[in-house]
Amino acid sequence: MNNSFPVVQNLKEKFGETKILDQNTRDEFPTIWTPVSHVKEVLRYLKYTVDRPYRMLYDLTAIDERVRYHRHGQPPSEFTVVYHLLSFDRNEDIRVKVPLREDNPSLPSIVDVFPAANWYEREVWDMFGVRFEGHPNLRRILMPTTWKGHPLRKDHPARATEMGPFELPDDKQEHEQKALQFKPEEWGLKKQSEDSDFMFLNIGPQHPGTHGVLRVILQLDGEEIIDAIPDIGFHHRGAEKMAERQTWHTFIPYTDRIDYLGGVMNNFAYVLAVEKLAGIEVPDRVKVIRVMLSELFRIASHLVWYGTFAQDVGQMSPVFYMFTDRERILAVIEAVCGDRMHPNWFRIGGLAQDLPQGWEKLVQDVLDTINKNMSEYHKIAMKNRILKARTVDIGAITLDEAIEWGVTGPMLRACGLEWDFRKKRPYSGYDQFEFDIPTATKGDCYDRAVVRIEEIRQSLRIIEQCMKNMPGGRYKSDHPLTTPPRKEGTMKDIETLITHFLNVSWGPVIPEGEAFFGIEATKGNNGYYLVSDKNTLSYRTRIRAPSFPHMQIIPLMSKGTTVADLLAILGSIDFVLADVDR
Amino acid sequence: MSETLQHIVIVFGILFGLLTLAAGLIWIERRLLALWQNRYGPNRVGPFGIFIVLADMIKIFFKEDWIPPFADKKVFVIAPTIIMLTVLLSWAIVPVAPGVVVLDLHIGILFFLAISSIGIYSTVLAGWASNNKYSLLGGMRMSAQMFSYEVFMGLSLMGVVIMAGSFNLSDIVNAQENMWFVLPQFLGFVIFFIAGLAESHRLPFDMPEAESELIAGFHSEYSGMKFGMFFVGEYVGVTLISAMIVTLFFGGWHGPVLPPFVWFFLKMMFFICLFILLRAALPRPRYDQLLSYGWKILLPLALLNILVTGAIVLAIE
Repeated sequence: MNNSFPVVQNLKEKFGETKILDQNTRDEFPTIWTPVSHVKEVLRYLKYTVDRPYRMLYDLTAIDERVRYHRHGQPPSEFTVVYHLLSFDRNEDIRVKVPLREDNPSLPSIVDVFPAANWYEREVWDMFGVRFEGHPNLRRILMPTTWKGHPLRKDHPARATEMGPFELPDDKQEHEQKALQFKPEEWGLKKQSEDSDFMFLNIGPQHPGTHGVLRVILQLDGEEIIDAIPDIGFHHRGAEKMAERQTWHTFIPYTDRIDYLGGVMNNFAYVLAVEKLAGIEVPDRVKVIRVMLSELFRIASHLVWYGTFAQDVGQMSPVFYMFTDRERILAVIEAVCGDRMHPNWFRIGGLAQDLPQGWEKLVQDVLDTINKNMSEYHKIAMKNRILKARTVDIGAITLDEAIEWGVTGPMLRACGLEWDFRKKRPYSGYDQFEFDIPTATKGDCYDRAVVRIEEIRQSLRIIEQCMKNMPGGRYKSDHPLTTPPRKEGTMKDIETLITHFLNVSWGPVIPEGEAFFGIEATKGNNGYYLVSDKNTLSYRTRIRAPSFPHMQIIPLMSKGTTVADLLAILGSIDFVLADVDR
Repeated sequence: MSETLQHIVIVFGILFGLLTLAAGLIWIERRLLALWQNRYGPNRVGPFGIFIVLADMIKIFFKEDWIPPFADKKVFVIAPTIIMLTVLLSWAIVPVAPGVVVLDLHIGILFFLAISSIGIYSTVLAGWASNNKYSLLGGMRMSAQMFSYEVFMGLSLMGVVIMAGSFNLSDIVNAQENMWFVLPQFLGFVIFFIAGLAESHRLPFDMPEAESELIAGFHSEYSGMKFGMFFVGEYVGVTLISAMIVTLFFGGWHGPVLPPFVWFFLKMMFFICLFILLRAALPRPRYDQLLSYGWKILLPLALLNILVTGAIVLAIE
């Protein structure tokens, strides 16, 4: 099947049949294996030389293959590094895998080809102990520098109960605190210039402007930022490790907590990936309800951003208006899902419940109110001249820079590229809706705001169409892997009863294979890359979170600006720390 | 004897009234902000929540009087007293009603400008003595801010002085019996209002404390009564600027029917509420933007104002 991909044929002709091996995946992405010796050349070729190139490093991760059973057709490997590239010209992805041996897991760094690889390689080193030769600063990124072991290796314990009791004697505490101290030399930063001493200022991890536990270390000359170093990992909870010991079904609530402002958006990407692995088709009603809930959450998330963005440039009041409106949306979400922020409402093959009676009125009321309020918000915030002075031409990035650094979502569209998964790769029936993809040109803080605000309006349009055209039918698929399965048949035939019993007590067994599914989430492209080993648990769950690469470009955006600008820039990125650290 | 007694009554009356007003402003500001922001604000303690002021004061008096071990102790203690001292001293020259003034100085306006400039030291020294990077940035911003508005603040008042022919505030009020100076001196009023906002470092000119950037900036390290002094100092500063605007541009105590004192109070409250409304409405510019705004726009305008006013006054004479 893979032979149908021209790009794979092209690579085979270029590098030889023995150096490029195919693999079939459930998501039908071209997936190739290439040895360590060739990986850099292959990636360079894909980025620069190939026709309609793959310009974005979309994701970079690894798989510990040592206890994986179903690997037929794949070359031997104990640790596999996976590069995921995206081509905007082709609207296609390609996955490049590199097999590594357990005794010496190392391969060349590709930071000089894809600058965005910097943090991803640090993450793979941190989580798997895979070394990237030639990386400028290969150090832990999510775990504390004092951590022993590499958590996503299969032999690393997953629970505190497996690790012995936790103790914090004085000397250990002192040691840990010392390890947190910032040493400019380690980052190649100078302490003074020719005519002045630099000040190193910690913004965070406890700071109202960072919207969570983020630490940015600033090298300041007066108030001018010479360099900035984001330090992340304070919100790391090991979601990917948890996925390896939760059933496919019971992991859904954990996804809620990745981008905690996005609510069902997280469920969405995850269940779509699982459904792709399992081959489940869901009824139309499910599709439309999923779209409607997602768009409600998109508005709720954008409203939080809108208010806090104004707050970050010093405007006190808007945040109260926006949160009041968000509260209205959350009330609808609560009526539908029974929860506000962490709805845990999508299911593999369907939804937890049908819509409640009278939902139309609730949704309509919210639509009317927000439609009316948006123009007022525009007047109080976006038209304000001080706000413009603080955000226009601040933190601007070009389209090339955005692509180079893996930026997606509203930040990418603010640079002028109309790229939205809802249009480009319509999932869950988005192609049936009428809506526009707003873009801007400058890619500065103000343009990002413009794009997001227009997105709120477009989401309102989509929800309106959902309301008017809600199909009837079931809220769950008939597929046997739907979890929890439909209950109607259980008292009639023994097969249904047994499937129901097994799927509810043990959880469904998802067929072996690999699949990625990316959706247009609130902050950018959110994707789940799942590896199933034909078990009730996922073998490897990779969460491609949009905020992670966005965090990486803070130094790029803030060099040469001032402390006040940095806060405007942070506000304009719209990140959630749980989404960065997972 | 009776004159001395009368004077003592005036001094303590104004002092007491001022401190009560400053404390009451805590409640007024919170309630007004809440009103404009779709919230309730403090509404539980006493009628309309007004006793929240007492609760706040009790809390602040009983807090530990903490001086960080790394701070420059003497300067750290002196800094908050400076702001209290200077704003109270400046109030001495404001005539509340005919004859009701603590200090009827001939150089009233100059005294006000001089003393309020000293008030800046409070912020700068607090930022320095705290020995905290955020506070230092706050102090630094304050000194930069001072450079940008001190110049045109003084100049903006000269038009009024030219028209009244006196630096004495009572004389200026009396000169407005027929026409408030806000009409001929509208430009001067606008410039002084902006400078006054910056002087009392409230939003949109709160760069020295900028809670979303510098986390309270120059007073990050302060707590208890020392913080309370900054707090009350800020509110007295707001009343001072409002009182000065009323005195210089809005005819001071003049007004029909009601007694002079009431007029003065009403006008002053109007401007205080305007200050609070601005705080609810505006974002915060960057401090270099304020600097260039001050030097490139407001300073030339203030100079122009003096020039035109002077020319017209000369021509009429």
